[in-house]
Amino acid sequence: MDELDAIRITFFQECDELLADLESGLLAQQRGAGDAETVNAVFRAVHSIKGGAGVFGFDGLVRFAHLFEAVLEGLRSEKLEPTPDLVSLLLGAHDELIDHVTAARTGRVQDLRRLSGVSVRLAEIVDRLKVAALDASPEAATAPERDDFDFDFTPLAASLEPLPAPPLTAPAPPAPLGWTIAFRPLAELYRKANEPAVLLRELARLGEARAVLDLSDLPSLQALDPEDGYLAWTIDVAGDIEKAQVAEVFEFVEGDCDLVISPMGQAAPAAAAPEPQFASEPQAELPIAPPPVKIAPPPLLTLVEPEPAPPPHVEPEPPRAVQSESAQPESPPAEAPVQTPPPQSVIRVDPERVDRLVDLVGELVISQVMLAQKVQEAGLPPSSGLVAGLEELEQLTREIQDGVMAIRAQQVRAVFQRMPRLVREVAALTGKQARLVTDGEATEVDRTVIERLAEPLTHMIRNAIDHGLETPEERAALGKSPEGVIRLSAQHRGARIVIEVSDDGRGIDRRRVLSTAVARGLVAADAQLDDEAIDNLIFLPGFSTASAVSDISGRGVGMDVVRRSVQALGGRIAIASVPGRGATITLSLPLTLAVLDGMQVEVCGQTLVAPLAAIVESVRPRPEDVRRIGSGAVLAVRDSFIPLVDVGVVLGFRDRPINPADGIVLLVETDDGGRVALVADEIHGQRQVVIKSLESNYGQVAGISAATIMGDGRIALIIDIDAVISMRNRPAPAPLLAAE
Amino acid sequence: MSQTILTVDDSRTMRDMLRMALAGAGFNVVEAVDGEHGLQVLGAHTPDVIITDINMPRLDGFGFIQRVREDRDHRATPILVLTTESDPSKKDRARAAGATGWIVKPFNPDKLAEAIRRVAA
Amino acid sequence: MSPLTESSDAKEAGQRELITFRVGAQEFCVDIMAVREIRGWTPATPLPQQPAYMRGVINLRGVVLPIMDLAGRLGLEMVEPTVRHVIIVVRAGERTIGMMVDAVSDILAVDPAAIQPTPDVACDTVKAFITGIITLDSRMISEIALDRLLPSREQIAA
Repeated sequence: MDELDAIRITFFQECDELLADLESGLLAQQRGAGDAETVNAVFRAVHSIKGGAGVFGFDGLVRFAHLFEAVLEGLRSEKLEPTPDLVSLLLGAHDELIDHVTAARTGRVQDLRRLSGVSVRLAEIVDRLKVAALDASPEAATAPERDDFDFDFTPLAASLEPLPAPPLTAPAPPAPLGWTIAFRPLAELYRKANEPAVLLRELARLGEARAVLDLSDLPSLQALDPEDGYLAWTIDVAGDIEKAQVAEVFEFVEGDCDLVISPMGQAAPAAAAPEPQFASEPQAELPIAPPPVKIAPPPLLTLVEPEPAPPPHVEPEPPRAVQSESAQPESPPAEAPVQTPPPQSVIRVDPERVDRLVDLVGELVISQVMLAQKVQEAGLPPSSGLVAGLEELEQLTREIQDGVMAIRAQQVRAVFQRMPRLVREVAALTGKQARLVTDGEATEVDRTVIERLAEPLTHMIRNAIDHGLETPEERAALGKSPEGVIRLSAQHRGARIVIEVSDDGRGIDRRRVLSTAVARGLVAADAQLDDEAIDNLIFLPGFSTASAVSDISGRGVGMDVVRRSVQALGGRIAIASVPGRGATITLSLPLTLAVLDGMQVEVCGQTLVAPLAAIVESVRPRPEDVRRIGSGAVLAVRDSFIPLVDVGVVLGFRDRPINPADGIVLLVETDDGGRVALVADEIHGQRQVVIKSLESNYGQVAGISAATIMGDGRIALIIDIDAVISMRNRPAPAPLLAAE
Repeated sequence: MSQTILTVDDSRTMRDMLRMALAGAGFNVVEAVDGEHGLQVLGAHTPDVIITDINMPRLDGFGFIQRVREDRDHRATPILVLTTESDPSKKDRARAAGATGWIVKPFNPDKLAEAIRRVAA
Repeated sequence: MSPLTESSDAKEAGQRELITFRVGAQEFCVDIMAVREIRGWTPATPLPQQPAYMRGVINLRGVVLPIMDLAGRLGLEMVEPTVRHVIIVVRAGERTIGMMVDAVSDILAVDPAAIQPTPDVACDTVKAFITGIITLDSRMISEIALDRLLPSREQIAA
């Protein structure tokens, strides 16, 4: 859903609210409980609906709302009495407005009554108002006035493509080489916060401009009123410029300055010459009057005219009988091309309410588990029906949870749409040419994940452009298009979302990566690494292949930072590279940070939860599989030796490791693609747990990522596997002292 | 640094529309839901340009413009009014109150950006 | 006028209401406005590398609540928790924590002027967590500085 669609939905939501306001206001009026503000509010409701409908080009709705609004304006200006008859007509108009809104929403304009009694009666009232206005100011009839029922503006039909500029004037005689403008701002111009400097700047946009400042009117300092204008300019603007373009620059200051525009080279009349007013500007209080002719919008400005103004486009007025909008036969076809999406009703909800609901459903899941555990402990016979009932409850609970999580899900578009600008900026800074191609923007993921996706993606894209792409010259020499392509895609894979950032650049220079890693002591000089292992060295802390530290991906923001933030989300990251062809970084993330699929294990009598995503397998080692190496131990699994890490020791729950053969081992993957065997005492199976923050009331605990609540109501801690692995070689930190 | 625009409109649709168009053109946007709110927002922000609707509850566009022009801190801030083609009298009233320029609804983003450029220093 | 009254319109009189409780042989108090609830002891889940005065975390209706042994925090003798121990749930700065104490005594209304500064004789640990002292008949009640009780998040993570 793009932004415009979202606004369209907002518009219809707002219509519903405004229609409700309208109705309650009219009902108050009917009860005799209305006052001036009630009428104002009712008027605004219809006015706002009309305004929004105009934005989306719902012409039929605009016409009806306009008619309705004109009658309400009569009520508001007390030209109409709120008689019971009129109020009940207005209530009928409210009902019909609902039909128009619905027609616009569904695109089923043909369902509207073609000639409703309501719109005919509204039109009659509007006619009477016009006659009354005429009687009040007969001269208004002579002024050609723009009719209110003309909607010959180009409707912005649900698209924000720039409209072609309207023709400014009819073709003028051969354009002069430029214009000379005599311009003297009056005090009123300054009072309205218009600024001569801005106008001069705008003139200079049209062509080569030369301005001469006239200070002759500047009084002595004592006589100077700082609020008044004393300066005048004579400006020559050279170029093939329409006069109307020049006039348009001064549109907003019309009447607030002395202005003469004459072809360059001709003697300019004095700037003090009085300015003719807009001939077409109506002066009447009520903008509604029966126009003798229907005229096209006048040119925006009518200034001093060396050449005659183009004649107004005149066409006969349609017969009065078809004045009401619903009788205009062209109305439905006019609306037909408007692409209306299928009806979609959307409600707006405060995200905090949804978060609260997610939390509550988490409580429900916990309560249900606790209940199930109690029933199991009670040892009730299956025939009691309780067990079957509980299973049903569990099923329902799970469905509610899925449903609530779906409410909070958002499309990754929210993050993806920030990236094109990033690509442009980074490309400009690095002298690369890059184009972003995105795919799968509609893929949904929990809001909590979306919020934390932007940062790693930003780094990945920066790296891809800065390190991955060659310069346009290098690319051309390689026979590649000078413009590199960055692809950003998202898709669901099981209970995870997979996001890929790929480039068609040079790929990873493995020889350089390896030598850098050796030089930095990250790997042994004689290490035998396969291509994949070398590629993954770029994720090691402190690694940077940039030969020159650039502003973009230097400054320590390496891929290790990206990996850490991805892991903090319970995600994994991998890279694949083909030399000369480019690299692809793949992120795999859980769909939510609210729940986690975990393995329950026991360590020193404590229940801990290990994220399932990190666990490759769990094994019960035989004594002969455990080998001592110095002070440590390894586990022989098939043909490899895997270091053993006692979780109880790392977390400080015990001083000495247990014999792994007495416990259970979880094989987990480490950052660099290696494996570690985590030793726990016992394993209690898999389950989904609700993630609870430890930080909100306490703080971050080393080796622990969060907490959850178990079936017995007690808290269990969720192991931060990568932290536990990195802590294994460090001495346990000293406990905090009693007094800081 | 990008310029800040204050939009004052009681219609959410219009506010969203303005925000989309303005943000797309690189402006910062602050919003107010009516004239009174607009004056409150001006207590905390110094926008480069103000765009205001006319028909609003509490304090309408005319009143709002007048109050801004009386305000020492914001009297020189350009104000564009949102007006409809069919409402020239409203435009004139807005100008009399001190509006700098106007934008005719329905607007498109280019028209909007151009109107801002024509008044923004 | 006595500094202490049992009047129910304490607030109108500009007085503060305090909950008093016992840790070992000493009496302490906190402002009643900071107290969320008082509950019995439930076993807590210990945290890795937790300081000696922390008892771990418990589930308070879905919220992870850290439990602090107030005796340990104040440098007094710690005893194994029993069902007779009480947890006072308080708001301490931005965080909500449970303080394990021996027993809750009563609620007092106190004229703020009657709270005296901590005397120098008190030991440093006690002084660090006490904002003032109230004397009432033969009782001496120390007011706990709630915002200082729990180390900052930065100190915990360090």
